[in-house]
Amino acid sequence: MIPASFEYKRARSVKAAIELLADGNAKVLSGGHSLVPALKLRLNQPEMLVDIARIASLKGIKVSGKELVIGSTTTHQEIASSDIVKEHLSILAEGAGAIGDVQVRNKGTLGGSLAHADPSADWPALVLVSNAKVVLEGSGGERTLNAADFFTGFFSTALASDEIITEIRFPIPAKGTKSTYQKFVQPASRFALVGCAAMREPSGETRVAFSGVADAAFRDTGIENAISGKTLTAENINHAVSDTAKGQDIMSDHYASEEYRVHLAKVFAKRALMALA
Amino acid sequence: MSNRYIGKSIKRVEDKRFITGKGKYTDDMVLPQQTYAHIVRSPYAHALVKKIDISAALAIEGVVAVFTGDDIRNAGINGVPCGWQVNFKDGTTMKEPSHPLLVGTGDTIKHLGDAVAVVIAEDRNIAADAADAVEVDYEVKNAISNPFEAVQAGATPVHPEVAPNNIAFDWTLGNPRDEVDAAIAASHHVTTLDFINQRVIPNAIEPRVAIGHYDTTSEKYTLYTSTQNPHLIRLMMSAFVLGIPEHKVRVVGPDVGGGFGSKIFHYTEEALVVWASKQIERPVKWTSERSEAFMTDAHGRDHVTKAEMGFDKDGNVMALRVKTYANLGAYLSLFAPAVPTYLHGTLLQGLYTTPKINIDLVGVFTHTNAVDAYRGAGRPEATYLLERLMDLGALEMGMDPADLRFRNFIPPFDGVTQPGYQTQVALQYDSGNYEGVLKRGLEMLDYKGFREDQKEALKNGKLLGVGFSTYVEACGIAPSAVVGSLGARAGLYESAQVRVQPTGKVSVYTGSHSHGQGHETTFVQIVADKFGIPMEDVELIHGDSDTVAFGMGTYGSRSLAVGGSAIMKSIDKILEKGAKIAAHKLEANIDDLEFNEGKWTVKGTDKSISFGDVSLTAYVPHVYPEGLEPGLDFSSFYDPANFTYPFGCHIAVVEIDPETGKVKLKRFLAVDDVGNVINPMIVDGQIHGGLAQGIGQALFEGAIYDDNGQLINGSYMDYCMPRADDLPMFEIDRTVTPCPHNPLGVKGAGEAGCIGSTPAVVNAVIDALWSGGHQVKDILMPLTPERVWRAMQ
Ligand SMILES: Cc1cc2nc3c(=O)[nH]c(=O)nc-3n(C[C@H](O)[C@H](O)[C@H](O)COP(=O)(O)OP(=O)(O)OC[C@H]3O[C@@H](n4cnc5c(N)ncnc54)[C@H](O)[C@@H]3O)c2cc1C
Repeated sequence: MIPASFEYKRARSVKAAIELLADGNAKVLSGGHSLVPALKLRLNQPEMLVDIARIASLKGIKVSGKELVIGSTTTHQEIASSDIVKEHLSILAEGAGAIGDVQVRNKGTLGGSLAHADPSADWPALVLVSNAKVVLEGSGGERTLNAADFFTGFFSTALASDEIITEIRFPIPAKGTKSTYQKFVQPASRFALVGCAAMREPSGETRVAFSGVADAAFRDTGIENAISGKTLTAENINHAVSDTAKGQDIMSDHYASEEYRVHLAKVFAKRALMALA
Repeated sequence: MSNRYIGKSIKRVEDKRFITGKGKYTDDMVLPQQTYAHIVRSPYAHALVKKIDISAALAIEGVVAVFTGDDIRNAGINGVPCGWQVNFKDGTTMKEPSHPLLVGTGDTIKHLGDAVAVVIAEDRNIAADAADAVEVDYEVKNAISNPFEAVQAGATPVHPEVAPNNIAFDWTLGNPRDEVDAAIAASHHVTTLDFINQRVIPNAIEPRVAIGHYDTTSEKYTLYTSTQNPHLIRLMMSAFVLGIPEHKVRVVGPDVGGGFGSKIFHYTEEALVVWASKQIERPVKWTSERSEAFMTDAHGRDHVTKAEMGFDKDGNVMALRVKTYANLGAYLSLFAPAVPTYLHGTLLQGLYTTPKINIDLVGVFTHTNAVDAYRGAGRPEATYLLERLMDLGALEMGMDPADLRFRNFIPPFDGVTQPGYQTQVALQYDSGNYEGVLKRGLEMLDYKGFREDQKEALKNGKLLGVGFSTYVEACGIAPSAVVGSLGARAGLYESAQVRVQPTGKVSVYTGSHSHGQGHETTFVQIVADKFGIPMEDVELIHGDSDTVAFGMGTYGSRSLAVGGSAIMKSIDKILEKGAKIAAHKLEANIDDLEFNEGKWTVKGTDKSISFGDVSLTAYVPHVYPEGLEPGLDFSSFYDPANFTYPFGCHIAVVEIDPETGKVKLKRFLAVDDVGNVINPMIVDGQIHGGLAQGIGQALFEGAIYDDNGQLINGSYMDYCMPRADDLPMFEIDRTVTPCPHNPLGVKGAGEAGCIGSTPAVVNAVIDALWSGGHQVKDILMPLTPERVWRAMQ
């Protein structure tokens, strides 16, 4: 549990951080709640850590036009307890509040979770279901990606090694939109064995995203197409979830086999949709 | 005598330092010139060590030394021996492979985490880096981790020379097997269970730590170690492993952050740091990492069992037949052979009048970490086996599980006016009132009400279940002659010295070792009351072989029953001598004195002398009885007359989510009888902790070794410990049936919670499933949601 030695630099600005990253084998340090355990197990041995946690411009929650904008180093706890978040996009507060325990929520950050892209983390399903955009900045400048394009697979993202996530922009849904996050925990880690995020707009448009089920979080378009615009009756819901997670690369471990995971995904999709009815 | 403390929930005096972060643990110690050790461990379970190259590690700046298994071999150091010998049924000696401190070139790795080399450096970081730089060339071989598979023909042997068939011993106990076979055959109904009592990992919050310090001037060795058992470590390490003189060795077990059994044993790392310290003439500290703790702290349980219980048509138990394969791991840890045999087979009478019982057991080597005593040690396995059979038998026969128990209970006996109960499996229970605890449990549960709720719940698609477990256990180990005849290589008495200082303040030296049990409070309560003095005037000293005469450590719920009794003996000697001094000073006849509230009084008069005055007189013996030695200081050794036998009734109520299989523990009730109680709050705490561990085994915990002997859940990301929010508020109560054979009438409370609770939870899940029409007999523990869900498919 002793990491290999590394250099530690605290960046004062995004620009400074990017310059340090351009140097080579460096990693961004935010809340440290995924990176530090990996360092201690020597799964990761960077030469330098660039601490971005104190860059003021990366922190905070605000409304900008039709978007809710959350800085990447904002902690899970700040999001879970934010009145602005609860008012405009309560599913984020609900989901953030379901992460780990108090210590983890007080240190862990939204940007860190997205960059880490643990398939069992809660945030990926939440950003997918809310159609968020991830803003990145690197030596090549700034770019904005749809959440769906940001995640590229098992623990992997579109992030380049000299880029950092600066903020996440969530479209504020229409008034009357309903949402829910339903999580079934892996009992040891309390990450999601299945995390199902669901949103339904007054128009009937429905989005469903999963964490924990497949090698990366995903939107379940099968369910979405089957239920969008239809009334949320038990019969319609049962029908819509019958092919849950179809085509996905389902994970399997000693807590949940592939078959059981898919079963759970169905159960939680059903529960989530029932909760929106 | 006074009645101020005994029986009262006095707050724990040790908690002030613990909850303010001031406890002093081994890792808090920094000795001048201290170096840091990091152990190079095998990432494979079974491999030939072909070459160990330490040159790159030695070249790193700050590395002081690197020792390998070759150095240990060349130094002629023995392996760590086992402390208990269980021979084969036919008399053949137990197979006892050597357990080397480090594995050398040409030798074989026997389990994941087996040690090859130790790197010693100026700080922990350098040591860790240098350990990474040690290059070991392994030839990886097939590994075996399941004890049943390990004894099949053609299985890979763990110790080809010593035990080619992987069997360490076989063993039987009880009535002749053929009589039991006949009784089973003649039974009206036989309930059969094939099950695994899975391996669990102790997970003390403080990982093991050891500092070896050889002092070149005095030529004394000191070992500071996170242990439950300092004196035995000293004896084993000096006499059997390192061959150094015992009087030149001091072992200190300072504050210890939990052990649960795993810190009873003498571990290789302890001898290694002591030996290494002599080589480099500097102190050497080793601190286990959490992943090392998962891999190398002795594990618990791991039985593969077939058990059959025969009933007559009225539900009377007629016979019990058991076959068990007990996984011992790769090496025999200190008490490993005793746990599945004398702490398990001997408990198979349970609290029932079963007339015919036989267990046939095989102790098996596998390529896994050693298995040894873990909270309850053998008795949880016995209780699990019996109590699962009772509840399942009731379900199969359509009888009520509580009624079935009442029908089969041994009737109450106090061990004083009525004799103890002689079991079919060697033990004689001291005293018991088994109906009492179940009656109380049913009352607290509102059993009738529960069965109605259960029916009602089912109508709403909910699965509710109740599970019972009534247990008896054996603790306060143990009469030395008895355990000696059963293969123990040590006696299991305890020592205590009570030293009254001239000012009447008292220092108590005990061989028991407190590592969470609160001895600094309970033992002091006893001494203070017996002398009629304030608790503040009494200090408990433990854990240091230089100050405490001798000790057999703390485990097997023995501290109060055995260590406390030793203290009582010394107290009696002090009071006897004190009375002589008092009589002399008061110019009275000793028979006319009474001792009360801290003073000797001449009966019927107001002439008295205080405990403090008598103490001073003992050390300033100017006016003093002729021929009496000065001083007021007595040592005693207490060897118990019998085990003690706590018992109790645990009841679990669960609800299963039929869609996910998730089990919610809704209620947990425990009525335990641990004999007399010195501090109810501390006993409650011991019960609570034990319940959490027992429930943990049922629902959450379990080590998983894969086919290559890899531990696939060796971290808290994957190995699930029970947490506060997994548990309901426990509903606990007690009955009191004093132990008839020790001076305090106490039985022991450290393990009861862990012994009784596991089967109650599993039984409740099975009951819930049967209520919903799923007639499953068994689900492999831990009862994860998927396993329960599968049971319903
Ligand atoms: C005990 C425990 C329980 C947990 N339980 C849960 C849970 O239930 N659900 C859950 O979702 N998560 C859980 N987590 C993970 C937790 O949420 C982490 O905090 C989160 O995954 C990572 O955020 P961080 O700020 O700590 O990132 P860090 O650990 O600092 O970094 C993680 C990775 O992201 C990179 N990175 C960080 N910030 C940025 C950025 N702005 N731009 C680019 N790259 C960046 C780092 O270089 C690193 O590779 C748990 C963690 C622990 C220790």
